[in-house]
Amino acid sequence: MTGTPALPADYYAVFGLERRLVLDEAALQKTFYQLSRQFHPDRFAGRPPAEQTHALDFTALLNDGYRVLRDPVRRTEYLLKLEGFDIGEQRSNNVPPELLEEVFELNMMLESAPDRDELEPARTKFLGMQAEADREIAALGRQFDAGGGRDTLSSLRGVLNRRRYIQNLVRDVEKALA
Amino acid sequence: MATFDIDFGSAQKSPVVGIDLGTTNSLVAVLDPAGHPEVIPGPDGGRLLPSVVSIAEDGSVLVGYPAQDALLTHPERTVYSAKRLMGRGSEEIQDELKLLPFRLAETSDSVIRLQLGDRTFTPPQVGAEVLRELKRRAEAHLGVEITQAVITVPAYFNDAQRQATKDAGRIAGLEVLRLVNEPTAASLAYGLDKRKEGVIAVYDFGGGTFDVSILRLQDGIFEVLATNGDTHLGGDDIDDLLIRIALEDIASEWGESIARNQEAVQLLRRAVIRAKEELSFVPQTVINLEYQGRRYQRELTRQLFDQLITPTVERTLGSCRQCIKDAGVAVEDIAEVVLVGGSTRIPLVRQAVRNLFRAEPHTELNPDEVVALGAAVQAAILSGDVQDTLLLDVTPLSLGIETMGGVVSRLVHRNSTIPASAHEVFTTAVDGQKNVLIHVLQGERELVKDCRSLARFDLKDINPMPAGAARIEVRFLIDANGILNVTARDQRTNQETSVDVKPSYGLTDEQVEHMILESYEKAEDDFKARQVREARVEADAILLAVEKARQNDAWFELTNEERTHVDLAVNRLLTVYHGDDHSVINDHIHHLNAATMKLAENMMNTAVSGVLRGTKV
Repeated sequence: MTGTPALPADYYAVFGLERRLVLDEAALQKTFYQLSRQFHPDRFAGRPPAEQTHALDFTALLNDGYRVLRDPVRRTEYLLKLEGFDIGEQRSNNVPPELLEEVFELNMMLESAPDRDELEPARTKFLGMQAEADREIAALGRQFDAGGGRDTLSSLRGVLNRRRYIQNLVRDVEKALA
Repeated sequence: MATFDIDFGSAQKSPVVGIDLGTTNSLVAVLDPAGHPEVIPGPDGGRLLPSVVSIAEDGSVLVGYPAQDALLTHPERTVYSAKRLMGRGSEEIQDELKLLPFRLAETSDSVIRLQLGDRTFTPPQVGAEVLRELKRRAEAHLGVEITQAVITVPAYFNDAQRQATKDAGRIAGLEVLRLVNEPTAASLAYGLDKRKEGVIAVYDFGGGTFDVSILRLQDGIFEVLATNGDTHLGGDDIDDLLIRIALEDIASEWGESIARNQEAVQLLRRAVIRAKEELSFVPQTVINLEYQGRRYQRELTRQLFDQLITPTVERTLGSCRQCIKDAGVAVEDIAEVVLVGGSTRIPLVRQAVRNLFRAEPHTELNPDEVVALGAAVQAAILSGDVQDTLLLDVTPLSLGIETMGGVVSRLVHRNSTIPASAHEVFTTAVDGQKNVLIHVLQGERELVKDCRSLARFDLKDINPMPAGAARIEVRFLIDANGILNVTARDQRTNQETSVDVKPSYGLTDEQVEHMILESYEKAEDDFKARQVREARVEADAILLAVEKARQNDAWFELTNEERTHVDLAVNRLLTVYHGDDHSVINDHIHHLNAATMKLAENMMNTAVSGVLRGTKV
């Protein structure tokens, strides 16, 4: 590591951003391109090995960060993790209580070899629920940026868990459709 | 003395070349002083080098057209389409081998070895022969030694296939500065002059592989949004369809099958390729085979041809649809489509692309050359000669590790911009456990058995601790070449931990080193042979000059002693002429030169044009 600057501590630091949940995605892309121009390994092909390694490490961090930060859901998950919230993968046995009924109905339907006419409405319904969760996440994100603090993050964790579960339902229906 | 000599010592900066190492043909290109990429022609003036390698009876290596000719006379010593074998295991290629003339050597490991005459070659070594020929081409054309290159690979190549290509470069004596995906390279060739903005698609249907990529172009940044493809889908598959049909025809017409006669099959292959290519320009043609006095002719209409290849074309369209979906764009967002690869000359393919993307495909650049031209642009980016353009590519396949129950846990998703990384913490399951084995896979399926094994990593020398206490953080890094690098760190001590890599397919570092050494030895032999040849050429020139001088008045002006001296030197040179030590030949050339000094002077004095002039050593 000698001779080259240390790597930024997290994705927000890579982009020089404060830990906020509402981001200007066009500005993010602009910064991404600008930093890529500056640090991409292609720019360091003829440089000493230490500089090449730094360029590789920094760009990997930049690309990983861009993937996370440009996506509102992944961004929220990431910030929760940075703030010390456990957002480990939900196992199938802890279904969020508000979804228990939906899950039960879907499983019944999937067992009965459903046709498209049954599956399509289910898919539409779950996608609607997913969009609703996205709206809640956006609203809570604005609340957090306005100083909502840990209470808001706690609520966000709940919505994220629900959303992840809905996403699995969508996946199951689409698998049955395919 | 007109000897071929490259001034390797010159201060001129050695350029980085761009190489398209293709299934059917390979090319080398470089940026000209004006900043335009140009394909470097071979000594014959041709720009394509057939990717065919043949081992002659005397053990020498033929590459390109001579090897293509050898395919007819010595099919069992000749390899083509070796790119399809790159980075693959022998059990994976059994189907493919049925149609290829060469045999596998007795393999002792996961690496394929081809038996060509009494020598064996791994696919990277075959690739290295093609690369070496291209390197020579570039050196002869540019007059400088070439040591660095950018080599293109199909976007959908997996880790092992990429590593094999890089190995080929190393064996050929080239430092591979970057592997670039072929469709991305093509987009560079197209987008360099015109400051384009917007979303474009590249449809690359070559001899052996199919790729599609969707890119966003903005301010000189070429950002790949998604890529898809099939590394075993190309013009070769179309040829095979036609060959199978013709073989059946012939078996019934001639009353005997020629399927096992490699010479006849290769002649037939040529015949169907010609027919296929003609059908791009005329509505019907004839497959024509003459073999040992017998003749097979079959009319082939474009209509029937289209019908035959529709399933193949449909497979490419499936990849395109998935790619559009993964890119997160709508078809109407795609402003342009670039066509790459010889198979895009087929009218049905063009029509299908036009229909799917609802855009007129671009064909201004020769589809055979556009990838090499783009590689030359990327080479110039790396050498700093092109500053305002940058390529951001993606990994085509997801990367994961094996977890309990043979399930794959995904770490890096496909279409992630590279370099990309993932971190995972591992621990021990048993008290005092010192090793942890990690199995890395590539692919999109859920189960280990449906993905492709990439490598096994052994985390070693873990301090003995109670089960679960060790915390080894492993970083999986996919570099800008799309190749995986793994590093591990003990979180408790913050020390790097050693990682022992066992690639599932492909060569170990030691094997590559060995092949490099082997190629040096061969190169040394080749170099020696060349020095001997050059010494003989020089000897020929001076001997001829002396013979001519014997007719000259100057010869008779010499004393008897001087004439004997010359005769003696001539005889001595003739004695060593057929030896294989160039320095001995050179010594005697030198002696003869000294012995004829007086003769040369006399000739100059008699104002006769100096035959001996210019024969100085």
